[in-house]
Amino acid sequence: MPEPSARPTALVARGLTKAYGARAALRGVSFEVGRGELLAVLGPNGAGKTTMLGILAGIVEPDAGEVETDGGAVGWVPQQAALYRRLTVAENLRLFARLERSDDPDAAVEAMLAQTGLGDRSDDQVSTLSGGNQQRINIAIGLLAEPAVLLLDEPSAGLDPAQRIRLWEFVGGLTSAGTSVVYSTHQIEEAIHYGDRLLVLADGEALFDGTFPDLRRAAGAEGPPGDPEAEFVAFLRQRGH
Amino acid sequence: MRWLLLKDLQILRRSPLLTALLVIYPIVLAVLIGLAVSRGPDKPTVAFLNEVPETQTLELGGEDGDSGFNQDQAFAELCGRVECVRASSRDDALDKVRDGEVLAALIVPEDFITKLEAQLSGAGLESADVEVFVNEDDPLKAQVVDDRISALLTEANLILSDRISETLISYLDLLVKGGEFSLPLLGEDVNFLGLKRVEQILRDVRGQLAGPEREVVDEVIRFAELTRQNLGFARPVLASVSEPISIEKEVVSGSVPPLDTFAIAVAIAVTLMFVTVLLVAGSLALEREENTFARLTPALVSRSALLVEKIGLGTICSVVVAVVLLGVLELFVNLAWERAPLIMLAIVFSGAAFAAMGSAIGAAAREVRASALAAFALTLPIAFLSLVPSGTVSEGLFDTIRFVTGAFPFRPALDALSAGLSSAGPDIGPPLLHLALLTLAYFAIARLALRRFA
Repeated sequence: MPEPSARPTALVARGLTKAYGARAALRGVSFEVGRGELLAVLGPNGAGKTTMLGILAGIVEPDAGEVETDGGAVGWVPQQAALYRRLTVAENLRLFARLERSDDPDAAVEAMLAQTGLGDRSDDQVSTLSGGNQQRINIAIGLLAEPAVLLLDEPSAGLDPAQRIRLWEFVGGLTSAGTSVVYSTHQIEEAIHYGDRLLVLADGEALFDGTFPDLRRAAGAEGPPGDPEAEFVAFLRQRGH
Repeated sequence: MRWLLLKDLQILRRSPLLTALLVIYPIVLAVLIGLAVSRGPDKPTVAFLNEVPETQTLELGGEDGDSGFNQDQAFAELCGRVECVRASSRDDALDKVRDGEVLAALIVPEDFITKLEAQLSGAGLESADVEVFVNEDDPLKAQVVDDRISALLTEANLILSDRISETLISYLDLLVKGGEFSLPLLGEDVNFLGLKRVEQILRDVRGQLAGPEREVVDEVIRFAELTRQNLGFARPVLASVSEPISIEKEVVSGSVPPLDTFAIAVAIAVTLMFVTVLLVAGSLALEREENTFARLTPALVSRSALLVEKIGLGTICSVVVAVVLLGVLELFVNLAWERAPLIMLAIVFSGAAFAAMGSAIGAAAREVRASALAAFALTLPIAFLSLVPSGTVSEGLFDTIRFVTGAFPFRPALDALSAGLSSAGPDIGPPLLHLALLTLAYFAIARLALRRFA
C-alpha cells in the first residue's frame, strides 16, 4: 500500500490503468505528490514510467483511473528535447509562451532565459547548443505555464556528469520555489540522491512508494547501506520482477 | 495556429535547401516550359543538292499559266519545312551526313524533271526518284527527318496530281465548250469546235434533212448530247482526285484548351504536386522527429488544428510558387490575366488538396525521409497515369486509370488549372468540387493516422 506524502497535496493519481492491446502498461497505479516535493519514479525499462507521466500530463488517455491536482497547471517535459532545432532559443521560448497564451510572452522568455542561465545564447539556434543546454531549454518550456507540478521524463538521459549536476541544481531551485516535480529514471543512485521519495514501478505495477531507507527495510536489508543498485535489484527479485 | 504557421515559415526561411526548392524549382520549370511552348520544335537540318539544270521546268499547259512545276518554288517550300544546308556536290552532301553536321541529305537527281515529264505524258513508266540519305546515329531524329521528307513528298505528289487534274479539266471544258488551245509541243494555236457547238450545228442541219439521213443525224446529235452530259459528270470526279479523302472533324466530348495552356497547367500541377506534398509531409513528420508533436498536442493545439495549420502552410506556399511560375512564364507566353480570379481559385484548391495529401503521407510515414520517399512513390506514377489520354489504352484499363487517378489531386488539379487558364478548357466547377472532396478525405485520413503518430 503506497504511503501518503507528508506535504500539502499537489497531485493525486488513483488507479491508473492502461493497456496497449494485450500488453498491460499500467495496472491500477495510485500515489500522491506533495507541494515542492521531488518524486522519483523508478523502474526498469518497460515498467510503465513514460506511460504514467503521459497520463499525468494529459497526453495519454488512461483506460481507468483519474488524476486530480490542487488546481495548478501540470507542465510536461518529454525525454528527448522537444524543440525546434532551426529556431533560436528565444524563438522557441516565445513560440511556446504564445501557445501557452502567456499574458506577456516576452517577459516569460526573459524570465526563462534568466532561470536557465542561457541569456547569452538566446539568439543561437537550438541545434548549436549542447545536449545539457537543450535539456535546460526543454525544461524551461515546460515551466512557461508556471505549473504547480512539473513532469520530467528521464531528464538526465544522455547528459554528461557535469551537465547532470547543473540540471539537478536547476530542478532543486524549482522545488525550493514550491514547484512539485515528478521525474522518471531507471538509475537508482540518481533517484536516491535527488529524489525526496521513490515510486517504484515494474511491469506497470506500483511496488513501492517511500524513501530509500524504507525500501531497504521493505526488502529486509540490514546493516549499513551497501550497493544501492544491488539492493534495488534484490528488492525487485523479491517482488517477482 | 498563426504562431505555428509563422514558426513553419521561419523554419522554411532557415532551410536553404527547401527554400531553394521552393524558389528555383518553379523558375527552372517555368523557363523550360516557356521555351518549349514559345519556340516550338527545332527544324531538322538537311543537306540539299539539286542536280536538275536551273532552267528546266515542268509545264503542264493549263489555262492560267501557273500550272507548271517550278523547281525553285518546290525547293523553297522544302526549305521552309526543314533547315536546308546547300551541298556543293553529292560527296559533300554525304560527308555532311556522315559527320553529323546534318541529319539527312536530300538529292534531286539531274533527270528528275525529265522522268517526271515522261511519266506525265505517258512516254515513260519509270518514276521520278529523289534520294534521301539519313544519319542513323540518332534514330529518333532520323525518324523525324524521314517522316518530314515523306510527308513533303506526299504533298508534292498531291500538288502535282492537283495540277494535272486542273489541266485535264481544262481539256474537258475545251472538248465540251470548244475554244482556242495552244498545243504544248507544237506551239500552234488551234480552234476546237467543242461538242456543244457540234450539237448545235447538227440540229441546224437536221431541219434540212429527211428520211434515213435525218435519222443518222439524230443519232449523232444524241451521241454528242450524251457525251457532253457525261463529260460534265467527269469534271467533279476529276476535281475530287486531288483530295479524295477530306476530314470533317466534330468534337463529341471534352473541351480541349490550347496546347500552350495545357503545358502551363501541367507545369503548375507538377510543381504544386512536388513542392506542396513534399513540404507538408516533411513538415508534419518533422514535428514528430523533433519530439514537438507530443508537446503541442493535445495540450496546446488540437490535432485537427495542427493539420489545418500544415494544410494552410502548403496552400500558402502553393500560391507563392504558382505565382512565381506564372510570372516567369509571362516572359514567354501571353497569359490571360483577366482570368486571374479563376486561376487563383484553381491554385488555392489544388494547393489545399495536395497539402492535405501531404499531411496524410506525413502522418502515415511519421519520418521525414520515409515521407519524402512515400510522396515521390505516390505522386510520380499518378501524374504519369493522369496524362494517359483516352483511346491509347483499352477501355477497361482506361476506366481503371480514371478511377485510380480520381483518388489523387493531380488530375482534378490539372483540369481546374486548364479551366482557369483558358475559356476553351473544361468547366472549372466539377474539378474544384473534386479537389474540395479530396482535401476533406485526405484530412480525415491524416487525422486518423495521427492517432498513432506520437
